[in-house]
Amino acid sequence: MTILPSHRLDLAGHRRRNGVVPWIAYHGADGRDRLIEAVAAADLRGRGGAGFPTAVKLRAARSQRSIAVANGCEGDPLSRKDVTLLTLSPHLVLDGLQLAAHAIGATEAVLCVHAGSPALPSVAAALAEREDRVPVRVAEIPRRYVAGEETALVRHLTSGDARPLGRRPTERGVRGRPTLVSNVDTLAQLAAVVLMGPHHYRAARTDLVTVTGAVRRPGVVEVAAGASLAEVLAAAGGEAEPVTAVLAGGYGGTWTAELAGGVPGIAAVFALPVRACGLEYTAKVLAFLAAESARQCGPCTFGLPSIAADFAELVRGGPATARLARRLPLLTGRGACAHPDGAVRLAASALQVFGADVRAHQDGGRCRVPAGVA
Amino acid sequence: MKVTVDPIGCRAHGLCADLLPELVRLDEWGYPVAASGPVPAELVTAARRAAAACPALALRLR
Repeated sequence: MTILPSHRLDLAGHRRRNGVVPWIAYHGADGRDRLIEAVAAADLRGRGGAGFPTAVKLRAARSQRSIAVANGCEGDPLSRKDVTLLTLSPHLVLDGLQLAAHAIGATEAVLCVHAGSPALPSVAAALAEREDRVPVRVAEIPRRYVAGEETALVRHLTSGDARPLGRRPTERGVRGRPTLVSNVDTLAQLAAVVLMGPHHYRAARTDLVTVTGAVRRPGVVEVAAGASLAEVLAAAGGEAEPVTAVLAGGYGGTWTAELAGGVPGIAAVFALPVRACGLEYTAKVLAFLAAESARQCGPCTFGLPSIAADFAELVRGGPATARLARRLPLLTGRGACAHPDGAVRLAASALQVFGADVRAHQDGGRCRVPAGVA
Repeated sequence: MKVTVDPIGCRAHGLCADLLPELVRLDEWGYPVAASGPVPAELVTAARRAAAACPALALRLR
């Protein structure tokens, strides 16, 4: 069973292609335990970026009054897998959300998407076709990068403030109740675990990856879990021009030139065109991430604009490497959310992969690439 | 016991680095960077005093 169909599936089409959830097998308190055990046996990990074991999260969120939240906010400009999944296979996500809600004993479920998301019509049509045990409400979240962070979602659903809170939602989430926040892709995978059985799932599992940049067919591809970056690029039609480096993991991801390696759990891959400058591209992304800070925590509020300015200076050939070497190690782990950590990961990996370009910019003011191509 | 900073609460007053320089230093913007290891026994009293003195109540011991 693949996750992504070639065209949108309504409820009947979804049941024909993917099957029907065998609810009877997971009935009652024993059933909840069996469901979580199946998720653990499948070794399902979160597809929202952190790769946390889903079974652990389910166990932590169990109570009589839990809330299940499906996170379909996709703030990363390099990712489209969640909106694609919600558009083409909304019922697989909603089956996963019902299963997750059952596993934690939730009486309430919320599906979050960004305000004006193109997936909204498909989601609304799918909900109108279903009669779910746990009612699902759709919440539109402000279109900010950090607003899709799980503690920001919880805070927004509680008070309307969409800034990260920095405490575990499974302990105190929406309105103080234990809350499971799970990426919509993870929930679709959870449904696949149940529909396929955990052992078959483990053997046949696939990952959705958004591929952009210098490939022939940019878009969302489905590849066998553990595929190498080269295989991911091949699934998107292959390199449209020679690719020397890719950004794996979106704006807060890691640059690498090692395409033969597998990158577990990576959901977005950008292939840098050979004519583009990696330093310039990184400087632009850092400026975006700095502007998207929620401005609550000092290290993020002041640190991100500083390292973005350092990269702009590197592009101009200025001597910013010593300052970056001092600043980057100080920023990780000091925010309420992982936003600064992602920016640091991006910047540090750019310095490693584009070291020769840094020297070229310092020697001649530019590298091999004409200005403004990134 | 460890010293931690509530990053949302912290307003960079900097008293913690004055009262507990052994475990807290300030970054270039005046925000505290706390030592990651456990608080040594001889510094527990100083750490409690620093936590109580934080105007934003953002220095935590746990």
